Amino acid sequence: MARFGMVIDTKKCVGCMDCVVACKTENNVPEGYNRDWIVTVTNGKFPDTTLEIQSQRCNHCDNTPCVSCCPTGASHIHDVGNVVLVDHEMCIGCKACVAACPYDARFIHPDGYADKCTFCIHRVEKGELPACVSVCPTHCMYFGDLDDPNSEVSKLLASRKNHPLMPEAGTSPRIFYLI
Amino acid sequence: MNSISRRKFLKITGFSVGAAAAVSTLNPLIKGANKVNKEKVKGIQKIPTYCDICFWKCGAIAYLKDGELWKIEGNPLDPLSKGRLCPRGTGGIGAVKDPDRLRSPLIRTKERGQEVWKEVTWNEALDYIANKMNMIKEKYGPESVAMFAHGIGGNFLKHTLKAYGAINFAAPSFAQCRGPRDVGFELTFGEAIGSPERTDIENAKCIVLIGSHLGENMHNTQVQEFADAVQKDATIIVVDPRFSVAASKAKYYLPIKPGTDIALLLAWMNVIVNEKLYNQEFISKYGFGFEQFAAEISQYTPEWAYPETGIEPELIRKTARTMAMYKPATLIHPGRHTTWYGDDAQRSRAIALLNALMGNWNEKGGFYTPVSFSLPGYPYPAYPKPTKEKLDNPENKYPFASEEITTGIREATITEKPYPIKGWFIYATNLIQALPDEKETIKAIQNLDLMVVVDVIPSEIAGWADVVLPEAVYLERFDDLHMSANKTPFVGIRQPVVDPPADQKPNWWIAKKLAEKLGLGHYYPWNNIEEYMDYRLKAAGLSLERLKKEGIILGEKKPIYASEGVPLEFATPSGKVEFYSTQLAAASFDPVPKYKRPEQPPANHYRLLFGRAPVHSFSRTQSNRILMDMMEENEIWVNPNVAEKWGIKNAQYVKLKNQDGVVSNKIKVKVTERIRTDCVYMVHGFGHNSRMLKGAYGKGASDSGLITKYVTDPLMGGTGMNVNFVTFELEA
Repeated sequence: MARFGMVIDTKKCVGCMDCVVACKTENNVPEGYNRDWIVTVTNGKFPDTTLEIQSQRCNHCDNTPCVSCCPTGASHIHDVGNVVLVDHEMCIGCKACVAACPYDARFIHPDGYADKCTFCIHRVEKGELPACVSVCPTHCMYFGDLDDPNSEVSKLLASRKNHPLMPEAGTSPRIFYLI
Repeated sequence: MNSISRRKFLKITGFSVGAAAAVSTLNPLIKGANKVNKEKVKGIQKIPTYCDICFWKCGAIAYLKDGELWKIEGNPLDPLSKGRLCPRGTGGIGAVKDPDRLRSPLIRTKERGQEVWKEVTWNEALDYIANKMNMIKEKYGPESVAMFAHGIGGNFLKHTLKAYGAINFAAPSFAQCRGPRDVGFELTFGEAIGSPERTDIENAKCIVLIGSHLGENMHNTQVQEFADAVQKDATIIVVDPRFSVAASKAKYYLPIKPGTDIALLLAWMNVIVNEKLYNQEFISKYGFGFEQFAAEISQYTPEWAYPETGIEPELIRKTARTMAMYKPATLIHPGRHTTWYGDDAQRSRAIALLNALMGNWNEKGGFYTPVSFSLPGYPYPAYPKPTKEKLDNPENKYPFASEEITTGIREATITEKPYPIKGWFIYATNLIQALPDEKETIKAIQNLDLMVVVDVIPSEIAGWADVVLPEAVYLERFDDLHMSANKTPFVGIRQPVVDPPADQKPNWWIAKKLAEKLGLGHYYPWNNIEEYMDYRLKAAGLSLERLKKEGIILGEKKPIYASEGVPLEFATPSGKVEFYSTQLAAASFDPVPKYKRPEQPPANHYRLLFGRAPVHSFSRTQSNRILMDMMEENEIWVNPNVAEKWGIKNAQYVKLKNQDGVVSNKIKVKVTERIRTDCVYMVHGFGHNSRMLKGAYGKGASDSGLITKYVTDPLMGGTGMNVNFVTFELEA
């Protein structure tokens, strides 16, 4: 079974937020909410400054505190690609998962359920890329099966320096940033 | 007619509800409010068009889901977007659903600028305008109606005004933006840089950005090519007082003192000439006046430039050598918004000369030769012969202005010299934020007998109008055919995807109806724009049906590089690349650019710099609720040392006060190691004070409001705007 993940090249990313806008329109995310977002990390003293731009979202972790804490089973691991999803019908909006997520990736949708990035599974199951990946004008985002050594994502991770976010949280996140 | 004030408009929130439905509930007076998506086709429909959120005009495909506008993606056939839009384009549906949109024609009922209106029918509005135009024509002549426009949508209105006899047309895109650059390159290479720029970024091995912040300005094709070049390990050199996003991709970042770019450019050229690193073959074949240039440049050593620019001599040398190493695939980007200090055409000329040293004209990785699709024009009757001359540049005061000067028309409107201007048409440009010193704009407006604004949103300038005409958003209208010159010739179509939600109309309809009211209906021999497009396409053997279906039709590939057979021809007086400009010498300007130290900020003041964010276009998108969610307000960037001195904390709100005592809206502080200590920076386009623009009203501060001072470029009339200084006003 595939284990979907994402690789994002921070060298190419300009932080334009097209990924955020595309997610919003693709998934009809309501005004005032976003499922993905941009973080800029600045280090050093001017002019010896460095900047890393990260397009962030749910990390679709291998170890999922958001799933184990869910009292209803709404938060679950999908059988395609091990993508972490929320069943809107089953969700009671208790916010346990919102609190459990170390990445602050979840929010309560105005309709009352926990919402977050789905890796655009509705597109992926049709053979398309997630919306954020498909629109990126810099082509800095890659999506694929981390368990397939021949996938583009696996090759990039094997050949380029990279890091996930907050590995210390112990969730084994599946989004990696090339540096 | 119902008299309404902007303030009484009910707040409409939650665009997922559907703008049309919300409007019909809240304001039953608006006609045609139920028209949107009346034929709700089940499933997904894809309709190609081209974007209008900025001027790049990317090919796009709009998606409808069960008849409702869903999303927009790039058209893969389009050479500009290559199938991927920028965030503004992706957020384009927010323009349709913007609850602050203009909905019906408005006529002013109180003093100008009070923003009190009555809603009228199109018939009433156009009658009012035509009557005033006839009166102006009779009393002053048709030349006394002027037009300011931005974008392709103004074409038809321009046609109507030309038929009426108007001759004064100008766009801020020249004297407030790319004008100096185009003039600098015309003086040197005999040709402008064009839009989209003829920069071959994707093939460049070394890219130099001087104040140009690609990635923050989202000129789609360029950003795509820039990212591609970064991936291919092109050497990036960035010169900017601010550590821009592009600077973070650079091998060499030069944190230049603002206003000293010419000194750096001269020093770079000094190194390249001294060390004979220039493209000798190119210069011996195509250069003119190189010896005089070289002699003049010999004084500008990196050591001379160091105290001016703050850039270490060794770094100047190293970067100059790097550029030369990769020539001719080294591109010194000419930039776009180049109206900074008033000596901008000369700075742009210095950039052109540095490129000339690389010999990169018509070379891969330099400047390619843009090619475009060509369609015959529509055979219209000839326009009336003017009896007066254009007045934006009287007596050729700015001898190298190659387009009309907005601020020249504004000045003539104030002085009524050489003749009065009594009517302004303003299409899709917010002059209050586009022109420097809004006081002058407002003063000019006082002299008008007629001021018409055609736009999709109620910008500040609309608040000053006599008549406001609500235009349909690009996704609701046809526009003229798009054939921008670039690497591949193409023709693109803009076509309606949904109906306008209220009483908005496409600009072609507005222009045609106004012509009819003026008795100029014969200038529109076609009934609707599809007939017009069909005529032009048929003349070239193409079909409108196919274009509507595919959105883009590509033309035949044409050569764009010297290696593909493009001849090197230069439309300068010498027919060569002018290192020494006899034209400039003859007009008593410096034939080789010279550096003059800019005025320095007074004590406790900082130079105000401004730029772009990737999610907004000018001051036109701040009420787009999708883009607003991306960036709701601008911030003032402040170096930590400055913040400490003032006791300012990150995220605190302050006001800015400029050298003339003008105080801004409150603005959030971004304390950051990404900017020098002698300047501050904000994104342009915020701080709206048009009350009807509810979503954006009062959010962030307006750089334009603080730009009360400007320096006019003596070569071409551009308005240098980076000459204002601000200090902080802390809330008690």
